[in-house]
Amino acid sequence: MTSIISTPVDAPRPQPSLSERRGVRKVPSAVFTVLGIFFLAVMLFPIYWMVNASLQPSGNTLSGEWFPVNPSFAGYQTAIADQGANLLTSLIVSLGTVVFSLAVAAPAAYALAQFRFRWVGAALLAILISQMIPGIVIANALYTAYNDLGLLNSIPGLILADATHAIPFAILILRASMLSIPASIIEAARVDGAGFFRAFVSIVIPISRNGLITAGLFAFLFTWSDFLFALTLTTTDEVRPVTLGIYQYLGSQVGNWSAVMATAVLSSLPAIVLLVIAQRFIAAGAVGGAVK
Amino acid sequence: MEKVTKILFVVPAGLFLLLFFGYPVVKNVTMSLQEYTSRTFFTGEAPWVGFANYVTIFTSNLFVPSMVNTALFTVGSIAGQFAIGLALAVFFKRRFPLSNFLRSMLLLPWLLPLIVASATWRSILDQDSGVLNQFIGVFGVEPVPWLTSPGVALIAVILVNIWIGIPFNVTILYGGLQDIPEELYEAGALDGATGWAAFRYITWPNLRPVVSVVLVLGVVYTIKVLDIILGLTDGGPANSTQTLSIRSYQESFVSFEFGVGAAYSNVLIIVSLLFALIYLRANRRAVDE
Repeated sequence: MTSIISTPVDAPRPQPSLSERRGVRKVPSAVFTVLGIFFLAVMLFPIYWMVNASLQPSGNTLSGEWFPVNPSFAGYQTAIADQGANLLTSLIVSLGTVVFSLAVAAPAAYALAQFRFRWVGAALLAILISQMIPGIVIANALYTAYNDLGLLNSIPGLILADATHAIPFAILILRASMLSIPASIIEAARVDGAGFFRAFVSIVIPISRNGLITAGLFAFLFTWSDFLFALTLTTTDEVRPVTLGIYQYLGSQVGNWSAVMATAVLSSLPAIVLLVIAQRFIAAGAVGGAVK
Repeated sequence: MEKVTKILFVVPAGLFLLLFFGYPVVKNVTMSLQEYTSRTFFTGEAPWVGFANYVTIFTSNLFVPSMVNTALFTVGSIAGQFAIGLALAVFFKRRFPLSNFLRSMLLLPWLLPLIVASATWRSILDQDSGVLNQFIGVFGVEPVPWLTSPGVALIAVILVNIWIGIPFNVTILYGGLQDIPEELYEAGALDGATGWAAFRYITWPNLRPVVSVVLVLGVVYTIKVLDIILGLTDGGPANSTQTLSIRSYQESFVSFEFGVGAAYSNVLIIVSLLFALIYLRANRRAVDE
């Protein structure tokens, strides 16, 4: 403060050079790493807590330790006994949705990227808007339709419903990755006598590998995480995805927190594994889904 | 012939969109004009009742609170996610050891099933033995009834949703920051624009298109959130966390009043569509620029 006041008004203001100014702000980059680790630790604390709570001896209270000093796997035993079948159901539904969604979305994406239909713009608009329709709207209508068709409490019923999360997203992601395929490659194959379908399977699909992986990963994660359709389109425990299993734990026996948290950890494994091994595809999907 | 083959490529997707998006939207409109209850499933009868279901929802004493809660939940969540997300995106724009790894690990909360996040936060926010109250107890703060007091529950639910949304905001905004040419900052630095001034006059104007996409998309996703609220509070305590989508779910699948539930859904669709239109405009501008 004082230094500003005491500076003579007519004195030329000292202009620090660029390098000087950078010199002033030179903070060792390790400081940023430490700060970054701190931010990440705060953000991921709940996930740590989930793991920690899952390893506490089962009991009614949460007032366990801050660290799993004496880890107990009782929670996991209960979780697998109660929810093992539900985890399997989730896995089957998720894989089924991946296959179904890619099979429906890939040809459409290719057509929207390469064929010169006049209504491509309108179709893309419809797909964008479909992503914004609230899931509860779909659930309301599907419940009554499924009731008539006998699709309630069935794996195909869940796969079809979950594909509503996956297909519009997959079409947009895949189309973006297929836009850059040169039409000449496909023309060459066609000259050699391959039909459109043949050229699609043997040329377009292999070239679009990255897009297919990204779209498939997200189809899996969307479905694995789905709660709304599990909640509304199943009424018995024959076919019960694990997300609904957790919800019922929360309602009925929130007494046994270690089992609830062990189930939560088991349901988080796909996301954690995929984030670690397929990081770049996940990042591509997160960005691609928003701005395309 | 060639034309037919080409059209076959889009037939499956077109059919799917019609059956699983088109049909539900139409069905919600017709259902909302019918007395569609659990009896309908036995008798097959759903008498037309005109706008009676809309009269029911607009005169329900839960309508205004659920509208207000939807607005508070959406605005609160988006504001928090965006502010923190932008701060972290700017922070991670610097290159430092591990910066890429740390930033990508930040995505984890967003990838977890929402019901897992709800379960975890319920244990953290538990009034008697949750770790958050233990932690603030160290500073002498009385235990807060996060999820059991009507005055606090909505705030707690918003805080959890902010936590879930931060990674998405960081990722998209970080992508936007990467697209701002470094030369702009170098030129700005010569004119004395560093630190806050650089953010205000270089970063912000150039990030604007991405910002509008993130915000509108955030609203569209947040407005229809169901999992988090159902998992944390089920709309309670004392209806303090009721939103439009919770109302729709409970009318349809708890009270089996499908007609009333559909009417709530339609209000939700109209609100979402409004924001969808804003999104499309924002997105077009983002692509153009």
